[in-house]
Amino acid sequence: MRYVDEFRDGRAARALAAELRSLAPEGRHVKLMEVCGGHTHAIYRHGLDALLPESVELVHGPGCPVCVIPLGRVDDAISLAERPQVTLASFGDMLRVPGGRRRSLLEAKARGADVRTVYSPLDALALARREPEREVVFFAVGFETTAPATALTLLRARELGVRNFTVFCNHVLIGPALRAILDSPDAEIDGFVGPGHVSTVIGTRPYEFVCRDYGRPVVVAGFEPTDILRAVGLLLRQLREGRAEVENQYGRVVRREGNHEALAAMGEAFDVRPEFEWRGLGAIPRSGLRIAEAFADWDAERRFTVPGRRIEDPKACRCGDVLRGRAKPYECGVFGTACTPEQPLGTCMVSSEGACAAYYAYGRHRRLEEAKA
Amino acid sequence: MCLAIPAQVVATLGDGLARVDISGVRRDVSIAFTPDAQAGDWVLVHVGFALARIDEEEARATLDLLAEAIAAELAPDPSEASDTVLLGGSGARA
Amino acid sequence: MSDAVVTLADGAGGKASRRLVEGLFVEELRNPLLEPLEDAAVVAANGARIALTTDSYVVRPLRFPGGDIGELAVNGTVNDLAVSGAAPLALTAGFVIEEGFPRDELRALVASMAAAARAAGVAVAAGDTKVVERGAADGLYVTTAGIGLLDLRAVLGVDRVRAGDRLLLSGGIAEHGIAVMLARGNLALEVDVESDTAPLNGLAAELCSLGPELRWMRDPTRGGLATTLNELAAGAGLTVAFDEEAVPVREQVRAACEVLGIDPLTVANEGKLVAVVSAAAADEALAVVRAHPLGRDAALIGRLREDTEPLVLAQTPFGTRIVDMLVGDPLPRIC
Repeated sequence: MRYVDEFRDGRAARALAAELRSLAPEGRHVKLMEVCGGHTHAIYRHGLDALLPESVELVHGPGCPVCVIPLGRVDDAISLAERPQVTLASFGDMLRVPGGRRRSLLEAKARGADVRTVYSPLDALALARREPEREVVFFAVGFETTAPATALTLLRARELGVRNFTVFCNHVLIGPALRAILDSPDAEIDGFVGPGHVSTVIGTRPYEFVCRDYGRPVVVAGFEPTDILRAVGLLLRQLREGRAEVENQYGRVVRREGNHEALAAMGEAFDVRPEFEWRGLGAIPRSGLRIAEAFADWDAERRFTVPGRRIEDPKACRCGDVLRGRAKPYECGVFGTACTPEQPLGTCMVSSEGACAAYYAYGRHRRLEEAKA
Repeated sequence: MCLAIPAQVVATLGDGLARVDISGVRRDVSIAFTPDAQAGDWVLVHVGFALARIDEEEARATLDLLAEAIAAELAPDPSEASDTVLLGGSGARA
Repeated sequence: MSDAVVTLADGAGGKASRRLVEGLFVEELRNPLLEPLEDAAVVAANGARIALTTDSYVVRPLRFPGGDIGELAVNGTVNDLAVSGAAPLALTAGFVIEEGFPRDELRALVASMAAAARAAGVAVAAGDTKVVERGAADGLYVTTAGIGLLDLRAVLGVDRVRAGDRLLLSGGIAEHGIAVMLARGNLALEVDVESDTAPLNGLAAELCSLGPELRWMRDPTRGGLATTLNELAAGAGLTVAFDEEAVPVREQVRAACEVLGIDPLTVANEGKLVAVVSAAAADEALAVVRAHPLGRDAALIGRLREDTEPLVLAQTPFGTRIVDMLVGDPLPRIC
C-alpha cells in the first residue's frame, strides 16, 4: 500500500458523494467550515466542491498560516533580508506574499537581498553551519504541524553551539482561531472539518471545547478526496442525529493524544504570546508562539531590531468576512479585479490555499457554468 | 496546512535521522518525533520531519469503509463523467 | 508587484513574463513579423519561407542530470524551429563568458553543443564571444539564433485551430524542471530524474506529414504544459479541456513534485511537444508519434471546445478544475 492513491479512488469518491445526497438535511442549508488551507487546496484542486449536494456548503476558514501573517510582519522579514550580512531562509510559500507597499521577499531578492528557499528548518541550520560568515535567519511560519520542526531545530542549534543562526518566529495556533470564529457575532457554522496534519501533533482532544461550549461537531479529516468526502458525511450524520462530538476520520495517522515528543519540543522551545495579530481576524489572545527565554540567543527578534509596524489591510478587503464564512470570495467587491493572485489585496488571495486564491485559480468556472445552465 | 507525504523508511541512520523513500525519491528526515520508526515502516513527512507513523490496520479499516460505500451505492461509470465535461456538459455532478 | 525593476518572476515563462514581453518589448518593437508572437517568425524571401528564432540560455547549474547548457541551447533552438513546422538549417551561438571561467569546462560545454548539433542534423554556422568581469554572467550565458525552411506540407498557426480538434502530448512531463531544481542542491532530495532535453525536429517532421490536419504545435518549456495550454486557449479563443489522468508523468517525477508541493503541469520540459490535430486525424497522429523514439509515451489528452470564456479545464477523477498559467517560478511549498 502506498497510502495515497488508494484514498484517491474515483469510484469511492463518487459513492461517498452519492451517500452525501441521502444524508443532506431536508429544507435546511448547512454550512461546514474546513479550517485547514490544505483542505481548501485539495477540494478545489480535485474539483470536489462540485460533488456536494446543493444544501451543503463548504466555507473556508483561517487555516492558511501563510495568509494570516500580518503585512507588518512580512515587512519585518523583508527588513531582515535586506541587512547585508543576513541570509534569510524561507519556505517557498512566503516568497510572493506582499507586505505593506506591495513588496515581497521575491522582490527584495531582485533588489539584492540574500533570500534562499529551503524545504526544512534543518536545511536552514545546515546552511548556517556551511556559511559561518553569514547571519542565517529562518522565517518560521505554520501551525502546530510545523512548529515542532522549528522547535527541534532550535534545540539542535543550541546543542551544536551554532552562533550565526536565528529564527523569526510566526507560528500560530489553530485552537484560538477556532474560538475566535465561533465567538464572532452571526457565526453560522454548523460543523467543522478538522485539520488532519495539525492533529497528528496536537491530537483530537483540543477540539472538544467546540462541542462542549458551542454545540458543533468536529470531524478531523485526511487530505485525500475520499477522506474529505467521508468527513463531510460523518458531519452530516452527526447533525441529523443531533450529536456534537469530535470524530477522527484520519485514524491512520491521528491519535487522540497527539505526538508527545513533538509537543514536548514545542513546550521547551516556545512560549505563547499574550496575543498575536491575524490578518483578517485581528488580534487573537494566546494564538501565537514566540521563542522561549532559554533560546533567546537564537531569536531573530532579540538579535535584530525590526520595524514592527502594524499595517492595516486595504479598506476594500473583505477577508475578515470570508474567513468567518460570512461571505464567499465572489461576493467581495474587489475579487478578481483589484484583488487577484498576482496582485493580492487581502490575505485570502495571498497563497494558493487561501479561499479566494483557490477559488480563483481552480473553481471560478463553476459560476460561469451555472450561469449558462 | 499542510503538505505532508507518506514515505517508507529505508533505513535508520542514527542521530535521530532516517532515510525515507517516496516512490523512488529519497530524503533524509528527522525521526525525533517518531523514535520507534524502523526500516519498512511508513511515516508521514512534513518539512523534513516524520510526524507520525502510519497505522496500517487503521488505513485498511478506512479503505474497507470505502469499499462498503462503493458496494452500497451504484457508482456511475467513470467514462461517462469524463465525456460529459469534455463535450461541454455542466461538470461531473454524479 | 513592483513596476520599477525586473524580477525573477518576469523570466519564469508565465503571466509575468507575458506582461513583460507584450507590455514592453512588443510595444517598443512593434512590427508585422513580430506580432504573431509564435516560437519562430516567418520571413518570406524569393519564394522561400524561412523560419527565424532566437533564444537565451541562463540555466543554473550549467550541468544537470541528463544534459548541460550546450545541449540545451542547441535542442531548444532546434525545437522552436521544429514546432513552427520548419526543418532547421543552421544555428548561431553567442557566448558571454565570465572572467575566470575554466577553459576546459568551456571546451567540454562547447563539445557537448557540437554533439547535440550533430545529433539534430544542424550546424553551428556562426558565433560570437564576449568576456565580462568577474561577478557578471554567472559563469556563462549562451544566446542562439536559428533558421529553418518551412515544411510546405504543414500550415500551422493558432488561427487554424477549430472546436473539436484534439490535443496530443508527446510524452512524460516535468522532467527537465525537476532535474534542474534538484541539481541546484538546496532541497536535499535524492531522485533519479534527468532532463528530457532532445531535438524534436524528426518527430515534428513526422507530424507535418499529416498536412492540414495538423493545426499547431508548441514545446512546453518554461511555465510548463499549463502555460502552453493557456496560450493555446487564449490564441484560439476556445476552451482547452483535458483529462488530468491522461497526461503522462513518470512515477518518480510525480513523487518529487508531490514532496515539493509543485504542480507538474507548471514545470519546464525540454524534449516534449504538444500538437493540435483534427479529430479525424487524431488516431493516426498518435500512431505516428508513438512510432518515433521520442514519442513512445505519447497520449491524446483532450480537446478544444467552444465556450463563453476560453479557459483551460482539467478533468480530475472527481470533478473539474481550472488550470491557470503560472504566475512566476514554481516554488516548493509546505502548505
